Amino acid sequence: MGNQKLSSAKELEELRKEILSKRRPDRIVVTVCTGTACQTYGSLEIYRKFANEIKKQGLKGAVVEAKATGCHGFCEQGPVVVIFPQEICYVKVKLEDVPEIVSATLTQGRVIERLLYEDPVTGQRIAKDPDIPFYKNQMRIVFGNNRYINPREIDGYIALGGYSALSKALLQMTPEQVLEEIKKSNLRGRGGGGFPTGIKWETTKNAPGEPKYVIVNCDEGDPGAYMDRSLMEGNPHAVLEGLIIGAYAIGSHEGFIYVRQEYPIASENTIQAIKQAEEYGFLGKNILGSGFGFNVKVHRGAGAFVSGESTALMSAIEGKVGEPKMKYIHTAVSGMKERPSCLNNVETWANVPLITNKGAEWFNSIGTEGSKGTKIFSLVGKVNNTGLVEVPMGMTLRQLIYDIGGGIPQGKKFKAVQTGGPSGGVIPEQYLDTPIDFDELTKLGSMMGSGGTVVMDEDTCMVDTARYFISFCCEESCGKCIPCREGLRTLREILSDICEGKGQEGDIEAIEDIAEVMQDASLCALGTTAANPALTTLKYFRDEYEAHIKEKRCPAKACKALTSYYIDPEKCTACMICFKNCPTEAIHGSKGIVHWIEQEKCIKCNTCFEVCPPRFSAVRRISGEPLPPPPAHGTKVIREKKR
Amino acid sequence: MVLKTKSKKPMKLSSAVKKAVGSYQKDKDMLIQILLDLQSMFGWLSQEVLTEVSEQLEVPITQVYQIASYYKAFSLTPRGRHIVKVCLGTACQVRGSPRLLDTISAMLSMKPHETSKDMRFTLETVNCLGCCAMGPVVVVDGMYHSKPSTPALRKIFETAK
Repeated sequence: MGNQKLSSAKELEELRKEILSKRRPDRIVVTVCTGTACQTYGSLEIYRKFANEIKKQGLKGAVVEAKATGCHGFCEQGPVVVIFPQEICYVKVKLEDVPEIVSATLTQGRVIERLLYEDPVTGQRIAKDPDIPFYKNQMRIVFGNNRYINPREIDGYIALGGYSALSKALLQMTPEQVLEEIKKSNLRGRGGGGFPTGIKWETTKNAPGEPKYVIVNCDEGDPGAYMDRSLMEGNPHAVLEGLIIGAYAIGSHEGFIYVRQEYPIASENTIQAIKQAEEYGFLGKNILGSGFGFNVKVHRGAGAFVSGESTALMSAIEGKVGEPKMKYIHTAVSGMKERPSCLNNVETWANVPLITNKGAEWFNSIGTEGSKGTKIFSLVGKVNNTGLVEVPMGMTLRQLIYDIGGGIPQGKKFKAVQTGGPSGGVIPEQYLDTPIDFDELTKLGSMMGSGGTVVMDEDTCMVDTARYFISFCCEESCGKCIPCREGLRTLREILSDICEGKGQEGDIEAIEDIAEVMQDASLCALGTTAANPALTTLKYFRDEYEAHIKEKRCPAKACKALTSYYIDPEKCTACMICFKNCPTEAIHGSKGIVHWIEQEKCIKCNTCFEVCPPRFSAVRRISGEPLPPPPAHGTKVIREKKR
Repeated sequence: MVLKTKSKKPMKLSSAVKKAVGSYQKDKDMLIQILLDLQSMFGWLSQEVLTEVSEQLEVPITQVYQIASYYKAFSLTPRGRHIVKVCLGTACQVRGSPRLLDTISAMLSMKPHETSKDMRFTLETVNCLGCCAMGPVVVVDGMYHSKPSTPALRKIFETAK
């Protein structure tokens, strides 16, 4: 394609029409999700097979096109294939299903029943993806375009009206008007802080000093959160367009996109997007003939959680060690290279083109009083429909987990939901009807954060959860300030002791004291919030701490030191499954001979418990009570005779 | 000195560094990016590589070392031929990844963050790979494995020579 630079709104509109006119109205598009999860399940091969098979079967009378798209969000059901215009959604598609889909669905329009999503509640098969409860209850204004476009081709984005917001901002609005619109929209930072974006922009705009920088924070470090990755990978132009609009409003001519090292596809797709945007003249000098110029560079992170903090991130872009600095002066005034720098998260930037196009009033019609618009959550952990979901602010946790997430697998009991990553906290069942927004979750001692939502069931130990997050922060603490460095180290020791059955009276009080000092005296947000997981688990699940300390019992039977595995000789049918799966050969027995576990060899990996067929349920976990003796050597299985 | 690169093509150390430094126009701000490129080229950063970067980029060796030791992406010791990564992100954690790590650790007879003496395996942990739906996840040489069973793991490790 001989892309040439566009120099007016008219030329952009003509290009869009030209792209659309090349598409036949009767064409059928097969989109294959190539997000990280689906790719892992082999979706790239499936996409190639579609392309080959369409050629091979030589479809007559119809124009069929296969397209590899970004993440659709329904990761649990991957690989996901959606056929447009009918919106037929096939889930868990295998390579060998491809020829049949081509010959039946694409050629004859026949729906293949077995590949449709089956509602676990009603048992019904659902053909169209808007009817699937997972999608039906969402509002996908930011994330929704992912499933239509190939992230590596700019034309698809333009066909959907892409870069029209940029054209509107640059050619019909003054920078002040753009800024005013963002301020009026009440957009708040999606990275976790929830700071009003418009005010941040205004601060940088009015700060003295040139040049000014604009930065995209794609250092999504919260474990269990991957919405920024999927947006950056699946729709990089939306983020880029938002960034250019922001730069125009602020008066910046240089931008950076900081991408986490663990996300190579995101940085590849972003680099490609920048190249294509430059070719069309959305970047560079005199963008769309407006006289405004802007350039952007991608900077790969090198793996440090604290680098997501604004001052640390800016140090990292300068090629230095990513340690936070004291914020006497906000980075919006003096940030990168001591120049005014405006840093926003990926999702925040992606909201900007929408607001520019549709207006602040439209944006204000979505969400709650204090939090407007939608938010993308990564719904993970012990939940049926794991994936990325975008919902209006104000939806309750219950709706999110049960209506969209489909509840807890295997009929287990819900225990808590962890939000806000390592800086957040756990929320127990009695608060499930809390509306999700920036302010409500903070009231419960947690926070919305960047949108990681980890569901935990009865098998998750709350003390162990606190220990997990504290040791995560302990490893990621840069060590610059003492409250964070030493506080976390001591907290980790205490919590590990409790999990190992070495807890003592007074430990709980010590945790609370240390947490208080850390909240008051740490240098950056990592330190001030790091104790939240310990404090919230303590607040809502104090009984679990006490059971560990006083009774040396783990109620969830998860802490290894306090739990033993035992095979019930009455129930064991000597099926050999646990015997074969044990990684340390700790299980003894043979065909017809009841199995038993040699406790000295057992590493408590839970494998036997998981593999023992539910109809036998012979493996038991025991905590806080003595272990029954193993059966006498060579005990034979007593089988009931079939009648 | 001639070093082995991942592409099997031996390359003179100084020219490898020269290439990496040159692709960023000797910009000192790009130190992290240069080290990232060299890390992926050699699989680790040796003292010689760090010294060469320091000389060519005209940045003090202390600063190069500070960066190389601070960020997790860099390894200052040689790594095994096969990299085994166990995801310990929250989603994998609640689905049992610590137990999976124990299993793998027992199977390979090595602790996390260790490299086996025969340079066959390096066992690493990561804090979230962003594919939480598949958890717990193990990545062996870039191949993702979702909830692998013990026999499946045995097979994976046996085929990795």
